[in-house]
Amino acid sequence: MNLLNVISAIEKIDPEVHDRLDTRRGAMQQFAKLGGKIAMAAVPFALGSMFKTAYGQSTSDISSVLNYALTLEYLEAEFYTKGAASGVVPSGTPAVGAINTIRDHENAHVTFLKNTLNSLGATPVSKPTFDFTAGGTFPNVFTNYDTFLAVAQAFEDTGVRAYKGRAGDLISSHAVLTAALQIHSVEARHASHIRQMRKARGANVKPWITGNDTGGIGSAVQANYNGEELTTQAGVNILNFVNANAASESFDEPLTANQVLAIVKPFIV
Amino acid sequence: MDNKNTLLPANGNNSLPLPGMLGRRKFLSYMGLAATSATVLAACRKDKDDNNNMPPGSIDLGTGDIGILNYAYALEQLEAAFYTQVINSPFSGMTANEQSLLTDIRDHEIAHREFFKAALGAMAIKSLEVNFSSVNFGSRDSVLATSKAFEDLGVSAYNGAGQLIKDSNYLLLAGKIVSVEARHAALIRDLISNGSFADNTVIDMNGLDLASKPADVLTTASVFLKSKLYAGNLPTS
Repeated sequence: MNLLNVISAIEKIDPEVHDRLDTRRGAMQQFAKLGGKIAMAAVPFALGSMFKTAYGQSTSDISSVLNYALTLEYLEAEFYTKGAASGVVPSGTPAVGAINTIRDHENAHVTFLKNTLNSLGATPVSKPTFDFTAGGTFPNVFTNYDTFLAVAQAFEDTGVRAYKGRAGDLISSHAVLTAALQIHSVEARHASHIRQMRKARGANVKPWITGNDTGGIGSAVQANYNGEELTTQAGVNILNFVNANAASESFDEPLTANQVLAIVKPFIV
Repeated sequence: MDNKNTLLPANGNNSLPLPGMLGRRKFLSYMGLAATSATVLAACRKDKDDNNNMPPGSIDLGTGDIGILNYAYALEQLEAAFYTQVINSPFSGMTANEQSLLTDIRDHEIAHREFFKAALGAMAIKSLEVNFSSVNFGSRDSVLATSKAFEDLGVSAYNGAGQLIKDSNYLLLAGKIVSVEARHAALIRDLISNGSFADNTVIDMNGLDLASKPADVLTTASVFLKSKLYAGNLPTS
């Protein structure tokens, strides 16, 4: 039992921990419920609940991040499901298998996030109605293979940035954070492969993001890449070590929820 | 120490008014532990800075977030050294495309390594000595297989270490790096076998990538290191 050590450790970085805890009557009442003879087995649960209250990472905060992620996964899952069924991917090529693999992962993410939300007693958001032409910006998204891959790249790179931007909101919930990271890196693997598929079609693009370059897709997706050009990390100038391209490529950058929602808004009816 | 246990309801009755502001002692007393807190506190503080178990000559990664950052720094040192060797002695038949991509990866890993070194400053572990005797740098198969192992290992290491990080700024930095490692992993896998970027050897039925504990990662990494790392002071939860 290292409860007191936990409190003591937190006190070192947050001298106000006791005030935070003490002023949260609800959290304290949870302990009161346990009575003077505290049930040791219940301590981890009571503690988790107490800190969630004290630091504002309640189950509802966790579930709001999960529902945010679920919305993005709905978008990707339906995009690949429709794309795979549309015939836009040249039949008889390795692209079919790759798109099916990605489609299956995105659908698995939808199921996983729904199950996780349900297990937390939260309600998964409903799937929005999507318009993958983004109001006519990509009119041939399911008939032109290059357009399809361009939208896929934008979705994957943005998905990576979206998960990254919310990881900190999950820091108190280890299991959920780990799962989110495990999805995040899958999206990055997808992004890498989609970019290679575009390169094979003649696009000037690498598996990683150089500067804020859209890889030739253009202004329609510029917001998806703005901010990726960063070459200073935690006050360290990466240009001291490698060239400018490598300095920006070697770190992927996050997007805030508002930035992501603005980016996907044209795809939601 | 004041014993305020009498403030507590006897058994599950929460109708008693709770004080709005409590000091630390009262908080502890609410835990029903005030009388024994000193003893418990002492018992809980075990070994965190105690290197008695550290094998002689090994390098202590350290404790807390600094320990995790040093753990990442160690892995980046390993990767950077590997790709530096790959570019210095290209395998037989390396195409211009492969050379370009592998040079990029080398530079990314050097950027990661130097970033951690600079960010950790005086708290950084020393430069590690590597052991690539199991790698045939003249062979594409050997190099790419090793590269695949390193990149998948790196992804699983960052994914597994995220929950051990306390400071959200460090968590974000780890997040910025792990997706680049995942991009590398997917590319290297595709160079070995196109379409294997996220196959079922790394992605499970839920669509989740690997996540590994430091001890497991270091067991794999140790094959490629002459230096011995000690992870016994790293956080475990």
